[in-house]
Amino acid sequence: MGLLTRRGLIGVGAGGLLVSGCDRLTNAPAVQRLIGHGQDLSLGAQRLLLSGQPLAKQFTAAEISPVFKVNGSVDPGTEAYHALLADGFATWRLAVSGLVLRPDVFSLTQLKAMPARTQITRHDCVEGWSAIGGWTGVQLAHLLGLVGVAPGARYIVFHCADNLAGSRDASGLYYESIDLVDAFHPQTLLAYAMNGAPLSVGHGAPLRLRVERQLGYKQAKFVMRIEAVSSLAGIGRGKGGFWEDRGYEWYAGI
Amino acid sequence: MVTLTADRAPAERQVIYRHGLAVRLTHWINVLVISLLLMSGLNIFNAHPRLYWGQFGADHDHAWLWLAHGFPKWATLPHYRDLATARRWHFFLAWLFVINGAAYWLIGLINGHLRRDIVPTRADLAPGNLWRSILDHVRLRHPVGEAARRYNVLQKLAYVAVIGVLLPLMVITGLSMSPGFDAFAPWLPGVFGGRQSARAIHFITANLIVLFVIVHLVEVVLAGVVNELRSMITGRYALPSGEH
Repeated sequence: MGLLTRRGLIGVGAGGLLVSGCDRLTNAPAVQRLIGHGQDLSLGAQRLLLSGQPLAKQFTAAEISPVFKVNGSVDPGTEAYHALLADGFATWRLAVSGLVLRPDVFSLTQLKAMPARTQITRHDCVEGWSAIGGWTGVQLAHLLGLVGVAPGARYIVFHCADNLAGSRDASGLYYESIDLVDAFHPQTLLAYAMNGAPLSVGHGAPLRLRVERQLGYKQAKFVMRIEAVSSLAGIGRGKGGFWEDRGYEWYAGI
Repeated sequence: MVTLTADRAPAERQVIYRHGLAVRLTHWINVLVISLLLMSGLNIFNAHPRLYWGQFGADHDHAWLWLAHGFPKWATLPHYRDLATARRWHFFLAWLFVINGAAYWLIGLINGHLRRDIVPTRADLAPGNLWRSILDHVRLRHPVGEAARRYNVLQKLAYVAVIGVLLPLMVITGLSMSPGFDAFAPWLPGVFGGRQSARAIHFITANLIVLFVIVHLVEVVLAGVVNELRSMITGRYALPSGEH
Protein backbone atom coordinates (compact mmCIF):
# COMPACT_ATOMS: atom_id res chain seq x y z
CA MET A 1 0.00 0.00 0.00
CA GLY A 2 2.93 2.26 0.81
CA LEU A 3 4.13 1.78 -2.73
CA LEU A 4 0.73 2.64 -4.14
CA THR A 5 0.50 5.82 -2.10
CA ARG A 6 3.98 6.92 -3.03
CA ARG A 7 3.29 6.18 -6.69
CA GLY A 8 0.05 8.10 -6.41
CA LEU A 9 1.87 11.12 -5.06
CA ILE A 10 4.50 10.92 -7.76
CA GLY A 11 1.73 10.64 -10.33
CA VAL A 12 -0.05 13.73 -9.05
CA GLY A 13 3.19 15.68 -8.93
CA ALA A 14 4.10 14.66 -12.46
CA GLY A 15 0.59 15.50 -13.59
CA GLY A 16 0.87 18.97 -12.10
CA LEU A 17 4.18 19.53 -13.85
CA LEU A 18 2.65 18.28 -17.07
CA VAL A 19 -0.29 20.66 -16.78
CA SER A 20 1.76 23.80 -16.11
CA GLY A 21 4.27 22.69 -18.71
CA CYS A 22 1.49 22.34 -21.24
CA ASP A 23 0.33 25.91 -20.80
CA ARG A 24 3.83 27.23 -21.28
CA LEU A 25 4.07 25.02 -24.34
CA THR A 26 0.66 26.15 -25.60
CA ASN A 27 1.73 29.76 -25.59
CA ALA A 28 5.07 29.22 -27.30
CA PRO A 29 4.90 30.50 -30.89
CA ALA A 30 6.80 27.50 -32.23
CA VAL A 31 4.25 25.13 -30.68
CA GLN A 32 1.37 27.18 -32.00
CA ARG A 33 2.88 26.89 -35.46
CA LEU A 34 3.42 23.15 -35.03
CA ILE A 35 -0.10 22.33 -33.87
CA GLY A 36 -1.41 24.68 -36.55
CA HIS A 37 -0.20 22.15 -39.10
CA GLY A 38 -3.01 19.91 -37.88
CA GLN A 39 -5.41 22.46 -39.38
CA ASP A 40 -3.59 22.40 -42.72
CA LEU A 41 -3.86 18.61 -42.75
CA SER A 42 -7.55 18.73 -41.84
CA LEU A 43 -8.31 21.32 -44.54
CA GLY A 44 -6.39 19.32 -47.14
CA ALA A 45 -8.07 16.06 -46.17
CA GLN A 46 -11.55 17.57 -46.18
CA ARG A 47 -11.04 19.31 -49.50
CA LEU A 48 -9.91 15.98 -50.94
CA LEU A 49 -12.91 14.10 -49.53
CA LEU A 50 -15.32 16.84 -50.60
CA SER A 51 -13.86 17.37 -54.07
CA GLY A 52 -17.03 15.97 -55.63
CA GLN A 53 -18.99 18.76 -53.87
CA PRO A 54 -21.35 16.32 -52.08
CA LEU A 55 -24.39 17.79 -50.34
CA ALA A 56 -24.69 17.97 -46.57
CA LYS A 57 -27.38 15.61 -45.30
CA GLN A 58 -30.89 17.02 -45.59
CA PHE A 59 -33.54 16.11 -43.07
CA THR A 60 -37.34 15.86 -43.12
CA ALA A 61 -39.70 18.44 -41.61
CA ALA A 62 -40.45 15.97 -38.81
CA GLU A 63 -36.80 16.09 -37.71
CA ILE A 64 -36.65 19.87 -37.17
CA SER A 65 -35.58 20.95 -33.65
CA PRO A 66 -38.55 22.20 -31.61
CA VAL A 67 -36.46 25.19 -30.52
CA PHE A 68 -33.50 26.41 -32.58
CA LYS A 69 -31.09 27.99 -30.15
CA VAL A 70 -30.26 31.65 -30.79
CA ASN A 71 -26.52 32.11 -30.39
CA GLY A 72 -24.01 34.93 -30.88
CA SER A 73 -25.68 38.27 -31.45
CA VAL A 74 -29.34 38.22 -30.44
CA ASP A 75 -30.02 41.66 -31.95
CA PRO A 76 -27.57 44.09 -33.57
CA GLY A 77 -29.25 46.72 -31.40
CA THR A 78 -28.21 49.77 -33.42
CA GLU A 79 -30.56 52.61 -34.37
CA ALA A 80 -29.83 52.00 -38.03
CA TYR A 81 -30.76 48.34 -37.76
CA HIS A 82 -33.92 49.03 -35.81
CA ALA A 83 -34.97 51.60 -38.40
CA LEU A 84 -34.63 48.91 -41.07
CA LEU A 85 -36.51 46.43 -38.91
CA ALA A 86 -39.33 48.91 -38.23
CA ASP A 87 -40.32 49.10 -41.88
CA GLY A 88 -39.88 45.37 -42.53
CA PHE A 89 -36.53 45.87 -44.24
CA ALA A 90 -38.21 47.65 -47.17
CA THR A 91 -35.32 50.10 -47.39
CA TRP A 92 -32.64 47.49 -46.66
CA ARG A 93 -30.29 46.86 -49.59
CA LEU A 94 -27.69 44.16 -50.05
CA ALA A 95 -24.64 45.64 -51.71
CA VAL A 96 -22.43 43.31 -53.76
CA SER A 97 -19.08 44.87 -54.51
CA GLY A 98 -15.36 44.26 -54.77
CA LEU A 99 -13.92 42.05 -57.48
CA VAL A 100 -17.16 41.63 -59.39
CA LEU A 101 -17.84 42.68 -62.96
CA ARG A 102 -21.18 44.42 -62.28
CA PRO A 103 -21.42 45.72 -58.68
CA ASP A 104 -25.04 46.01 -57.70
CA VAL A 105 -27.50 46.43 -54.85
CA PHE A 106 -30.50 44.18 -54.23
CA SER A 107 -33.66 44.74 -52.21
CA LEU A 108 -35.18 41.94 -50.14
CA THR A 109 -38.09 41.83 -52.62
CA GLN A 110 -35.66 41.33 -55.48
CA LEU A 111 -33.88 38.50 -53.64
CA LYS A 112 -37.19 36.81 -52.86
CA ALA A 113 -38.16 37.01 -56.53
CA MET A 114 -35.09 35.01 -57.52
CA PRO A 115 -35.19 31.19 -57.79
CA ALA A 116 -35.44 29.90 -54.23
CA ARG A 117 -34.02 26.82 -52.58
CA THR A 118 -35.25 25.25 -49.34
CA GLN A 119 -33.15 22.81 -47.34
CA ILE A 120 -33.51 21.27 -43.90
CA THR A 121 -30.05 20.87 -42.44
CA ARG A 122 -28.22 20.36 -39.18
CA HIS A 123 -26.47 23.34 -37.66
CA ASP A 124 -23.42 22.34 -35.61
CA CYS A 125 -22.08 24.91 -33.20
CA VAL A 126 -18.36 24.87 -32.46
CA GLU A 127 -19.32 24.51 -28.79
CA GLY A 128 -20.80 21.09 -29.47
CA TRP A 129 -24.57 21.47 -29.71
CA SER A 130 -26.67 20.88 -32.83
CA ALA A 131 -30.04 22.10 -34.08
CA ILE A 132 -31.97 21.14 -37.20
CA GLY A 133 -33.73 23.86 -39.15
CA GLY A 134 -35.19 24.58 -42.58
CA TRP A 135 -33.72 27.41 -44.62
CA THR A 136 -35.11 29.14 -47.68
CA GLY A 137 -33.11 31.56 -49.75
CA VAL A 138 -31.32 32.30 -52.97
CA GLN A 139 -28.24 30.32 -53.89
CA LEU A 140 -25.14 32.44 -53.56
CA ALA A 141 -24.02 31.00 -56.90
CA HIS A 142 -27.07 32.57 -58.55
CA LEU A 143 -26.32 35.99 -57.13
CA LEU A 144 -22.65 35.74 -58.04
CA GLY A 145 -23.73 34.76 -61.54
CA LEU A 146 -25.71 38.00 -61.81
CA VAL A 147 -22.84 40.26 -60.78
CA GLY A 148 -20.08 38.17 -62.38
CA VAL A 149 -17.00 37.22 -60.37
CA ALA A 150 -13.97 39.10 -61.70
CA PRO A 151 -10.67 37.33 -62.39
CA GLY A 152 -8.48 37.34 -59.30
CA ALA A 153 -11.35 37.02 -56.81
CA ARG A 154 -10.68 34.19 -54.36
CA TYR A 155 -12.95 34.83 -51.40
CA ILE A 156 -16.45 36.10 -50.77
CA VAL A 157 -16.68 38.22 -47.61
CA PHE A 158 -19.93 38.81 -45.72
CA HIS A 159 -20.14 42.04 -43.74
CA CYS A 160 -22.73 42.02 -40.96
CA ALA A 161 -24.69 44.54 -38.92
CA ASP A 162 -23.92 43.11 -35.48
CA ASN A 163 -21.05 44.23 -33.32
CA LEU A 164 -20.44 41.03 -31.38
CA ALA A 165 -17.37 42.40 -29.61
CA GLY A 166 -19.41 45.37 -28.42
CA SER A 167 -16.75 47.83 -29.59
CA ARG A 168 -17.57 51.49 -30.25
CA ASP A 169 -15.80 51.41 -33.60
CA ALA A 170 -16.26 49.00 -36.50
CA SER A 171 -13.52 46.64 -35.28
CA GLY A 172 -16.03 44.44 -33.47
CA LEU A 173 -18.40 44.01 -36.40
CA TYR A 174 -19.14 40.41 -37.33
CA TYR A 175 -17.91 39.22 -40.69
CA GLU A 176 -17.19 35.94 -42.37
CA SER A 177 -15.57 34.65 -45.53
CA ILE A 178 -15.66 31.55 -47.69
CA ASP A 179 -13.72 30.68 -50.80
CA LEU A 180 -15.21 30.08 -54.22
CA VAL A 181 -15.39 26.31 -53.70
CA ASP A 182 -17.96 26.82 -50.97
CA ALA A 183 -19.47 29.95 -52.55
CA PHE A 184 -20.58 27.96 -55.60
CA HIS A 185 -21.76 24.91 -53.65
CA PRO A 186 -25.49 24.33 -54.35
CA GLN A 187 -26.39 24.40 -50.64
CA THR A 188 -24.69 27.74 -49.99
CA LEU A 189 -27.63 30.10 -49.53
CA LEU A 190 -28.43 33.65 -48.62
CA ALA A 191 -31.41 32.67 -46.49
CA TYR A 192 -34.31 35.03 -45.79
CA ALA A 193 -36.67 32.44 -44.25
CA MET A 194 -36.38 29.79 -41.57
CA ASN A 195 -38.84 26.95 -41.04
CA GLY A 196 -41.23 28.63 -43.48
CA ALA A 197 -41.33 32.02 -41.74
CA PRO A 198 -39.34 35.21 -42.43
CA LEU A 199 -36.03 35.13 -40.62
CA SER A 200 -36.41 36.36 -37.03
CA VAL A 201 -34.08 38.96 -35.57
CA GLY A 202 -32.39 36.35 -33.39
CA HIS A 203 -31.61 34.20 -36.39
CA GLY A 204 -30.21 37.05 -38.49
CA ALA A 205 -32.97 39.04 -40.20
CA PRO A 206 -33.20 40.01 -42.94
CA LEU A 207 -30.53 37.76 -44.47
CA ARG A 208 -28.05 35.19 -43.24
CA LEU A 209 -25.51 32.94 -44.86
CA ARG A 210 -25.97 29.16 -44.87
CA VAL A 211 -22.77 27.37 -45.73
CA GLU A 212 -23.61 23.79 -44.85
CA ARG A 213 -20.66 21.43 -44.26
CA GLN A 214 -19.13 24.02 -41.92
CA LEU A 215 -19.70 24.98 -38.29
CA GLY A 216 -22.19 27.50 -36.93
CA TYR A 217 -19.89 30.51 -36.73
CA LYS A 218 -19.57 30.50 -40.53
CA GLN A 219 -23.35 31.07 -40.84
CA ALA A 220 -23.11 34.88 -40.67
CA LYS A 221 -26.30 36.64 -39.60
CA PHE A 222 -27.55 40.20 -40.42
CA VAL A 223 -25.66 40.26 -43.75
CA MET A 224 -25.48 43.82 -45.09
CA ARG A 225 -22.82 43.71 -47.75
CA ILE A 226 -21.00 41.10 -49.82
CA GLU A 227 -17.55 41.68 -51.17
CA ALA A 228 -15.42 39.58 -53.51
CA VAL A 229 -11.72 39.89 -52.69
CA SER A 230 -8.39 38.42 -53.71
CA SER A 231 -7.02 38.31 -50.16
CA LEU A 232 -8.36 38.38 -46.62
CA ALA A 233 -5.53 40.58 -45.41
CA GLY A 234 -6.70 44.02 -44.37
CA ILE A 235 -10.21 42.88 -43.46
CA GLY A 236 -10.71 42.75 -39.71
CA ARG A 237 -7.51 41.29 -38.31
CA GLY A 238 -6.93 39.42 -41.54
CA LYS A 239 -7.92 35.87 -40.59
CA GLY A 240 -11.16 35.84 -42.57
CA GLY A 241 -13.80 36.19 -39.88
CA PHE A 242 -14.78 37.47 -36.46
CA TRP A 243 -14.05 34.17 -34.70
CA GLU A 244 -11.13 33.36 -36.97
CA ASP A 245 -9.53 36.60 -35.78
CA ARG A 246 -9.98 35.21 -32.26
CA GLY A 247 -8.23 31.90 -32.85
CA TYR A 248 -10.79 29.67 -34.54
CA GLU A 249 -10.14 27.87 -37.82
CA TRP A 250 -11.06 29.63 -41.04
CA TYR A 251 -12.10 26.31 -42.55
CA ALA A 252 -14.68 25.12 -40.06
CA GLY A 253 -15.33 21.64 -41.41
CA ILE A 254 -14.54 19.86 -38.15
CA MET B 1 16.43 -14.96 -25.08
CA VAL B 2 18.99 -14.01 -22.43
CA THR B 3 19.38 -15.16 -18.84
CA LEU B 4 20.28 -12.48 -16.34
CA THR B 5 20.17 -12.15 -12.60
CA ALA B 6 17.04 -10.15 -12.01
CA ASP B 7 16.70 -7.50 -9.35
CA ARG B 8 16.47 -8.83 -5.82
CA ALA B 9 15.41 -12.29 -6.96
CA PRO B 10 16.89 -15.02 -4.84
CA ALA B 11 16.97 -17.49 -7.69
CA GLU B 12 17.93 -16.72 -11.26
CA ARG B 13 14.95 -15.44 -13.18
CA GLN B 14 14.67 -15.98 -16.85
CA VAL B 15 14.56 -12.76 -18.87
CA ILE B 16 12.71 -12.82 -22.14
CA TYR B 17 12.38 -10.26 -24.90
CA ARG B 18 8.73 -9.44 -24.54
CA HIS B 19 7.85 -6.22 -26.42
CA GLY B 20 9.13 -5.40 -29.90
CA LEU B 21 10.33 -1.92 -30.77
CA ALA B 22 7.14 -0.99 -32.66
CA VAL B 23 4.94 -1.96 -29.71
CA ARG B 24 7.09 0.02 -27.27
CA LEU B 25 7.28 3.12 -29.46
CA THR B 26 3.58 3.21 -30.32
CA HIS B 27 2.70 2.52 -26.67
CA TRP B 28 4.59 5.51 -25.33
CA ILE B 29 3.43 7.81 -28.13
CA ASN B 30 -0.11 6.73 -27.24
CA VAL B 31 0.49 7.51 -23.55
CA LEU B 32 1.44 11.08 -24.41
CA VAL B 33 -1.07 11.64 -27.20
CA ILE B 34 -4.08 10.11 -25.43
CA SER B 35 -3.34 12.02 -22.22
CA LEU B 36 -3.29 15.30 -24.12
CA LEU B 37 -6.30 14.32 -26.24
CA LEU B 38 -8.22 13.64 -23.04
CA MET B 39 -7.22 16.95 -21.49
CA SER B 40 -7.99 19.02 -24.60
CA GLY B 41 -11.20 17.00 -25.02
CA LEU B 42 -12.33 17.96 -21.51
CA ASN B 43 -11.71 21.62 -22.37
CA ILE B 44 -13.85 21.24 -25.51
CA PHE B 45 -16.55 19.43 -23.51
CA ASN B 46 -16.62 22.33 -21.05
CA ALA B 47 -17.72 24.69 -23.85
CA HIS B 48 -21.07 22.90 -23.75
CA PRO B 49 -21.05 20.49 -20.80
CA ARG B 50 -24.23 18.66 -21.72
CA LEU B 51 -24.83 15.45 -23.63
CA TYR B 52 -27.87 14.43 -25.64
CA TRP B 53 -29.17 11.43 -27.54
CA GLY B 54 -30.29 11.85 -31.13
CA GLN B 55 -29.49 14.03 -34.11
CA PHE B 56 -29.78 17.39 -32.43
CA GLY B 57 -29.48 18.78 -28.94
CA ALA B 58 -29.05 22.25 -27.44
CA ASP B 59 -30.16 24.25 -24.41
CA HIS B 60 -33.88 23.62 -24.87
CA ASP B 61 -33.55 19.90 -25.51
CA HIS B 62 -33.33 17.16 -22.91
CA ALA B 63 -29.73 16.55 -21.82
CA TRP B 64 -29.05 13.17 -20.20
CA LEU B 65 -25.85 14.52 -18.70
CA TRP B 66 -25.30 18.08 -17.56
CA LEU B 67 -22.19 18.99 -15.59
CA ALA B 68 -23.05 22.56 -14.71
CA HIS B 69 -19.46 23.47 -13.85
CA GLY B 70 -17.77 21.21 -16.36
CA PHE B 71 -14.48 19.49 -15.57
CA PRO B 72 -11.97 21.20 -13.27
CA LYS B 73 -9.57 23.49 -15.08
CA TRP B 74 -6.46 21.67 -13.88
CA ALA B 75 -7.58 18.63 -15.87
CA THR B 76 -7.95 20.51 -19.14
CA LEU B 77 -5.56 21.61 -21.88
CA PRO B 78 -4.96 24.49 -21.82
CA HIS B 79 -5.91 24.74 -18.16
CA TYR B 80 -8.03 27.82 -18.66
CA ARG B 81 -11.15 28.07 -20.76
CA ASP B 82 -10.06 28.41 -24.39
CA LEU B 83 -12.08 26.44 -26.90
CA ALA B 84 -10.11 27.62 -29.94
CA THR B 85 -6.74 26.52 -28.52
CA ALA B 86 -8.15 23.29 -27.13
CA ARG B 87 -9.58 22.43 -30.55
CA ARG B 88 -6.30 23.18 -32.28
CA TRP B 89 -4.51 20.83 -29.86
CA HIS B 90 -7.18 18.19 -30.14
CA PHE B 91 -7.16 17.97 -33.94
CA PHE B 92 -3.36 18.10 -34.17
CA LEU B 93 -3.14 15.28 -31.63
CA ALA B 94 -5.90 13.38 -33.41
CA TRP B 95 -3.70 13.22 -36.51
CA LEU B 96 -0.81 11.84 -34.43
CA PHE B 97 -3.19 9.38 -32.77
CA VAL B 98 -4.51 8.10 -36.10
CA ILE B 99 -1.05 7.82 -37.68
CA ASN B 100 0.34 6.09 -34.56
CA GLY B 101 -2.62 3.72 -34.35
CA ALA B 102 -2.48 2.89 -38.05
CA ALA B 103 1.25 2.15 -37.74
CA TYR B 104 0.58 -0.17 -34.79
CA TRP B 105 -2.18 -2.02 -36.63
CA LEU B 106 -0.19 -2.31 -39.85
CA ILE B 107 2.99 -3.55 -38.19
CA GLY B 108 1.03 -5.84 -35.87
CA LEU B 109 -0.79 -7.42 -38.79
CA ILE B 110 2.38 -7.87 -40.83
CA ASN B 111 4.66 -9.25 -38.12
CA GLY B 112 1.94 -11.34 -36.51
CA HIS B 113 1.96 -9.54 -33.15
CA LEU B 114 -1.81 -9.07 -33.15
CA ARG B 115 -2.55 -12.68 -34.10
CA ARG B 116 0.15 -14.20 -31.88
CA ASP B 117 -0.06 -12.06 -28.73
CA ILE B 118 -3.39 -10.23 -28.67
CA VAL B 119 -6.16 -12.32 -30.21
CA PRO B 120 -7.31 -14.99 -27.71
CA THR B 121 -6.91 -18.58 -28.83
CA ARG B 122 -9.66 -21.19 -28.70
CA ALA B 123 -8.00 -22.66 -25.60
CA ASP B 124 -7.89 -19.19 -24.00
CA LEU B 125 -11.62 -18.85 -24.43
CA ALA B 126 -12.53 -22.26 -23.03
CA PRO B 127 -14.94 -21.67 -20.12
CA GLY B 128 -12.66 -23.44 -17.65
CA ASN B 129 -9.72 -21.24 -18.57
CA LEU B 130 -11.81 -18.08 -18.51
CA TRP B 131 -13.12 -18.94 -15.06
CA ARG B 132 -9.63 -19.72 -13.79
CA SER B 133 -8.38 -16.39 -15.11
CA ILE B 134 -11.25 -14.55 -13.44
CA LEU B 135 -10.44 -16.24 -10.11
CA ASP B 136 -6.74 -15.42 -10.52
CA HIS B 137 -7.61 -11.76 -11.05
CA VAL B 138 -9.99 -11.65 -8.10
CA ARG B 139 -7.24 -13.15 -5.90
CA LEU B 140 -4.71 -10.72 -7.43
CA ARG B 141 -2.66 -13.73 -8.43
CA HIS B 142 -0.47 -13.25 -11.49
CA PRO B 143 0.86 -15.95 -13.79
CA VAL B 144 4.38 -17.10 -13.01
CA GLY B 145 7.03 -18.99 -14.91
CA GLU B 146 6.14 -20.28 -18.34
CA ALA B 147 2.53 -19.06 -18.09
CA ALA B 148 3.82 -15.49 -17.77
CA ARG B 149 5.31 -15.64 -21.26
CA ARG B 150 1.89 -15.01 -22.72
CA TYR B 151 -0.89 -12.61 -21.87
CA ASN B 152 -3.68 -14.21 -19.88
CA VAL B 153 -7.12 -14.36 -21.45
CA LEU B 154 -8.67 -11.42 -19.58
CA GLN B 155 -5.64 -9.33 -20.45
CA LYS B 156 -6.01 -10.32 -24.12
CA LEU B 157 -9.72 -9.50 -24.09
CA ALA B 158 -9.02 -6.12 -22.50
CA TYR B 159 -6.42 -5.33 -25.17
CA VAL B 160 -8.76 -6.49 -27.95
CA ALA B 161 -11.47 -4.22 -26.55
CA VAL B 162 -9.14 -1.22 -26.41
CA ILE B 163 -7.18 -1.77 -29.62
CA GLY B 164 -10.04 -3.20 -31.66
CA VAL B 165 -13.05 -1.31 -30.35
CA LEU B 166 -12.53 1.68 -28.06
CA LEU B 167 -9.65 3.45 -29.81
CA PRO B 168 -11.08 3.09 -33.34
CA LEU B 169 -14.49 4.12 -31.96
CA MET B 170 -12.96 7.39 -30.72
CA VAL B 171 -11.82 8.22 -34.25
CA ILE B 172 -15.11 7.24 -35.90
CA THR B 173 -17.35 9.06 -33.41
CA GLY B 174 -14.99 12.02 -33.62
CA LEU B 175 -15.34 12.13 -37.40
CA SER B 176 -19.13 11.82 -37.04
CA MET B 177 -19.14 15.21 -35.34
CA SER B 178 -17.46 16.90 -38.31
CA PRO B 179 -20.00 18.61 -40.59
CA GLY B 180 -17.45 18.35 -43.41
CA PHE B 181 -16.87 14.63 -42.99
CA ASP B 182 -20.63 14.10 -42.64
CA ALA B 183 -21.15 15.58 -46.11
CA PHE B 184 -18.69 12.96 -47.40
CA ALA B 185 -20.37 10.15 -45.43
CA PRO B 186 -23.94 11.35 -44.66
CA TRP B 187 -24.86 7.93 -43.23
CA LEU B 188 -22.13 7.99 -40.57
CA PRO B 189 -23.80 9.85 -37.66
CA GLY B 190 -26.88 7.67 -38.20
CA VAL B 191 -24.82 4.60 -37.31
CA PHE B 192 -24.68 5.97 -33.76
CA GLY B 193 -28.18 7.42 -33.76
CA GLY B 194 -27.28 10.95 -34.85
CA ARG B 195 -24.55 13.51 -34.31
CA GLN B 196 -25.39 14.21 -30.68
CA SER B 197 -25.46 10.47 -29.95
CA ALA B 198 -22.04 10.20 -31.59
CA ARG B 199 -20.81 13.00 -29.34
CA ALA B 200 -22.20 11.19 -26.29
CA ILE B 201 -20.57 7.90 -27.35
CA HIS B 202 -17.29 9.77 -27.95
CA PHE B 203 -17.49 10.92 -24.32
CA ILE B 204 -18.52 7.52 -22.92
CA THR B 205 -15.75 5.77 -24.87
CA ALA B 206 -13.19 8.25 -23.53
CA ASN B 207 -14.37 7.34 -20.02
CA LEU B 208 -13.98 3.64 -20.77
CA ILE B 209 -10.44 4.28 -21.99
CA VAL B 210 -9.66 6.11 -18.74
CA LEU B 211 -11.14 3.16 -16.84
CA PHE B 212 -8.92 0.78 -18.81
CA VAL B 213 -5.85 2.92 -18.05
CA ILE B 214 -6.65 2.87 -14.32
CA VAL B 215 -7.01 -0.94 -14.28
CA HIS B 216 -3.90 -1.24 -16.48
CA LEU B 217 -1.84 0.89 -14.05
CA VAL B 218 -3.11 -1.02 -11.03
CA GLU B 219 -2.13 -4.28 -12.73
CA VAL B 220 1.32 -2.90 -13.53
CA VAL B 221 1.82 -1.99 -9.89
CA LEU B 222 0.55 -5.39 -8.69
CA ALA B 223 2.63 -7.31 -11.21
CA GLY B 224 5.81 -5.41 -10.38
CA VAL B 225 6.41 -1.86 -11.50
CA VAL B 226 10.13 -2.18 -12.23
CA ASN B 227 9.84 -5.31 -14.31
CA GLU B 228 6.76 -4.14 -16.19
CA LEU B 229 8.14 -0.67 -16.89
CA ARG B 230 11.48 -2.09 -18.01
CA SER B 231 9.76 -4.46 -20.38
CA MET B 232 7.88 -1.61 -22.03
CA ILE B 233 11.04 0.51 -22.27
CA THR B 234 13.78 -2.00 -23.15
CA GLY B 235 11.59 -4.92 -24.15
CA ARG B 236 13.20 -7.20 -21.53
CA TYR B 237 10.92 -8.89 -19.05
CA ALA B 238 11.93 -11.19 -16.19
CA LEU B 239 9.54 -14.10 -15.88
CA PRO B 240 8.09 -13.92 -12.36
CA SER B 241 9.03 -16.91 -10.27
CA GLY B 242 6.73 -19.01 -8.09
CA GLU B 243 7.27 -17.33 -4.70
CA HIS B 244 5.66 -14.09 -5.91
